[in-house]
Amino acid sequence: MAANSFRPRVVTALAGLLALSFGSLADSRIEDQAEQFFRSGHTNNWAVLVCTSRFWFNYRHVANTLSVYRSVKRLGIPDSHIVLMLADDMACNARNPKPATVFSHKNMELNVYGDDVEVDYRSYEVTVENFLRVLTGRVPPGTPRSKRLLSDDRSNILIYMTGHGGNGFLKFQDSEEITNIELADAFEQMWQKRRYNELLFIIDTCQGASMYERFYSPNIMALASSQVGEDSLSHQPDPAIGVHLMDRYTFYVLEFLEEINPASQTNMNDLFQVCPKSLCVSTPGHRTDLFQRDPKNVLITDFFGSVRKVEITTETISLQPDLGIMESSNKEDQIDEERMEPLKYAEQLPVAQIIHQKPKLKDWHPPGGFILGLWALIIMVFFKTYGIKHMKFIF
Amino acid sequence: MGLLSDPVRRRALARLVLRLNAPLCVLSYVAGIAWFLALAFPPLTQRTYMSENAMGSTMVEEQFAGGDRARGFARDFAAHRRKSGALPVAWLERTMRSVGLEVYTQSFSRKLPFPDETHERYMVSGTNVYGILRAPRAASTESLVLTVPCGPDSTNSQAVGLLLALAAHFRGQIYWAKDIIFLVTEHDLLGTEAWLEAYHDVNVTGMQSSPLQGRAGAIQAAVALELSSDVVTSLDVAVEGLNGQLPNLDLLNLFQTFCQKGGLLCTLQGKLQAQDWTSIDGPLQGLQTLLLMVLQQASGRPHGPHGLFLRYRVEALTLRGINSFRQYKYDLVAVGKALEGVFRKLNHLLERLHQSFFFYLLPALSRFVSIGLYMPAAGFLLLVLGLKALELWMQLHEAGVGPEEAGGASGPSPLPPQAQGGEHSGLGQGLDGTEAGSPDLPGTTVGLHHPHQLLTGLPAGRHHGAGCCAHQALWAPATLWHPAGADKSGSHTPRQPVPVARAAGGTAVTGRGLAALSGGAGTGRARAPHLWCPALSAAGPGPLPLLAALLECALLEVTSACPVA
Repeated sequence: MAANSFRPRVVTALAGLLALSFGSLADSRIEDQAEQFFRSGHTNNWAVLVCTSRFWFNYRHVANTLSVYRSVKRLGIPDSHIVLMLADDMACNARNPKPATVFSHKNMELNVYGDDVEVDYRSYEVTVENFLRVLTGRVPPGTPRSKRLLSDDRSNILIYMTGHGGNGFLKFQDSEEITNIELADAFEQMWQKRRYNELLFIIDTCQGASMYERFYSPNIMALASSQVGEDSLSHQPDPAIGVHLMDRYTFYVLEFLEEINPASQTNMNDLFQVCPKSLCVSTPGHRTDLFQRDPKNVLITDFFGSVRKVEITTETISLQPDLGIMESSNKEDQIDEERMEPLKYAEQLPVAQIIHQKPKLKDWHPPGGFILGLWALIIMVFFKTYGIKHMKFIF
Repeated sequence: MGLLSDPVRRRALARLVLRLNAPLCVLSYVAGIAWFLALAFPPLTQRTYMSENAMGSTMVEEQFAGGDRARGFARDFAAHRRKSGALPVAWLERTMRSVGLEVYTQSFSRKLPFPDETHERYMVSGTNVYGILRAPRAASTESLVLTVPCGPDSTNSQAVGLLLALAAHFRGQIYWAKDIIFLVTEHDLLGTEAWLEAYHDVNVTGMQSSPLQGRAGAIQAAVALELSSDVVTSLDVAVEGLNGQLPNLDLLNLFQTFCQKGGLLCTLQGKLQAQDWTSIDGPLQGLQTLLLMVLQQASGRPHGPHGLFLRYRVEALTLRGINSFRQYKYDLVAVGKALEGVFRKLNHLLERLHQSFFFYLLPALSRFVSIGLYMPAAGFLLLVLGLKALELWMQLHEAGVGPEEAGGASGPSPLPPQAQGGEHSGLGQGLDGTEAGSPDLPGTTVGLHHPHQLLTGLPAGRHHGAGCCAHQALWAPATLWHPAGADKSGSHTPRQPVPVARAAGGTAVTGRGLAALSGGAGTGRARAPHLWCPALSAAGPGPLPLLAALLECALLEVTSACPVA
């Protein structure tokens, strides 16, 4: 009898224990969910997609940009948050055998021009100045909204550039260039004006890695299609159209992005693997040292999509302000107040090393070595020619 | 003293050059010829490559399939031609219009400078017919030309047929960014020239032609086609134009890549390309082709209508279909496909062809020699002329020096050596008789130029007149002392320094210098200041002083033969 009554008590106790543990587990799961919910600090997404080359034989650069545009739009970023800059009109070029289309795969598999392309900066408006003005927000007063980058300090911005480039520069419109230093400074201006939360910079040009070498602002992650000294190669030669349709790196990035949907949990590490040397012939590179989060925690949709985070819970969660963070931020404010006075400009360019502005005063030493020999030779020849007695005319 | 101002060393140098000159000339000539012959061999020839970015590779899909249509047109054309005896203009107009082009005609006439051998009249007149295919979505700012020359003896009916079939095919495409002009000319090159002159609004050959009603913008490139048979075994490419002008190499490269793509056999100068360039046969055949090309360029004739386009800086080629005894024959479709590919790639051009070479030699269709590599050969040949001129100069100089030593010295003043030094180093100071330099001080005009020294006791062979010619030249012009004058030196005839004719500067400054001389001399020597006639003409030691004498007589005024004693 006692054994009989003992067992249900044990069972109840066990059940209660289990329920408790489940509860705590559920609790911690809710906590994790809440953690995940606030994992990324951004609330809106922007994209700036730039194609810098014109002429029919640079069809592939326009196709590159349009394929990224297509993916970004498909994953949720609206046109109002995309600044699309195309330096030439390939769809309506007289040489296009399929007018109003821009294909990214041969045999006309994928028309990236679509029906609802909105090009913000077109043709000759794509200049270095306009690009930098868009980034830094210094646009003329009458600029329409579609041509502005109205980002704030909670925006994640994707910047994609393609065209012809070299070691440290990118060519715009066959007539001007933007250097990696200008780009780095533009990003620093954006950081100081709090125009981004995190920035993903992708570049598909020859020697693309040189463009991200000079970045120095925080929260920037960069990818490039080739290292310094390598060329990015084109892909998809299409005899029907008569040009190459895409570049290799962006082609494989597009393939990768086609499999992403707004709910995917694919992270940046997968993007880094996208085009290995066997497929791309060039070696893609990336830079994450300025980025504060670990790339494996960064979702692709953090930059390529605009995902409204909605989580449905049935439990209540009490959100405690993280006292630790608040205290440290308080301390930072105090320290900042103390440090107000001695602010000075960061040394951005080692000018003194680049430009010799003042010649350094060196002590005079009598000539030796080669110079001495040379002068001796000259003097000897002189005296042999004219005779030693002319020395008196010298001294 | 310096190498060139020291007379002893200078003489030694002169003698060295004179001794070596003949072998040097021979060597240079042989080097030039050898270099030229070596041009066909691998290190000096390069493979051709496309330089123009816009044209890219042969990545187009040729879709021309109008072989039957071309043959039909060809037969019609031939029939109408036979019936009318000349170009069937009305039929051509009708057909071009039916194909969808804008058709225009142009009549021209020209009086030939020489009478015709078949007719007594020597006036040629004809009509050109051309149709313009407008680019569907582009402004008509640029154009390409496909032309077929029809002459009384050359029946290019298949070419006309292919032209019409291609026009029909091109009319159905929407990717043209340039207009295409399909031109059929009468009387071969005369018609082409008339059309070109009217198109560019010039008149260089005196042709009377009606003005063109339809134009299509600047011509970027042109292809001329000559086909007289339904099937061809090979296509011969002609590049040499009027006065040896050549089209940009990129056009040839483009055509050659399409030949390779379509498997068409293309020849240059009628010769097949050598396949094997590693052994000796390939380069030898290349050499033959290259020399043929040089000969054709040297003739100056345009070897096809393309030669006339080149003058207007329109890159052009002529393609001739050759039907020889070979097994594998190509029909009009293959030729049409190659042309379609070429035109499609030319359509991609943004600027005129300018990236590749304009001066080159072709040992084979896929190899070329640029001007930078063949110019040294010509340079070596010209060097012979330079060396010979140098030798002449120095021999004139030497001939003056020789007699001086032969004549010994009768009381030469101590000045002569320094005189020579002085005169050579005293360039530009002129014959200033008043200048008295101490003998040992270099760099001044020494007392040689004192008049009394000129008058008396000057040994033969004295070199005077560095001041005579105040040239900045290295070789201070020396006067030539005629040996015959030396022979006659027994007479009191004053030594008559004869300035070597360094033409322009020589005469002018000679006058000045000699005026100073004569001014200094002052005595009643009936010497005209400018007159230094070579007292001898015949009794020279060789032809060279004679030559010099003749030159001087020609250049200086000779009023009287010799001053009177």
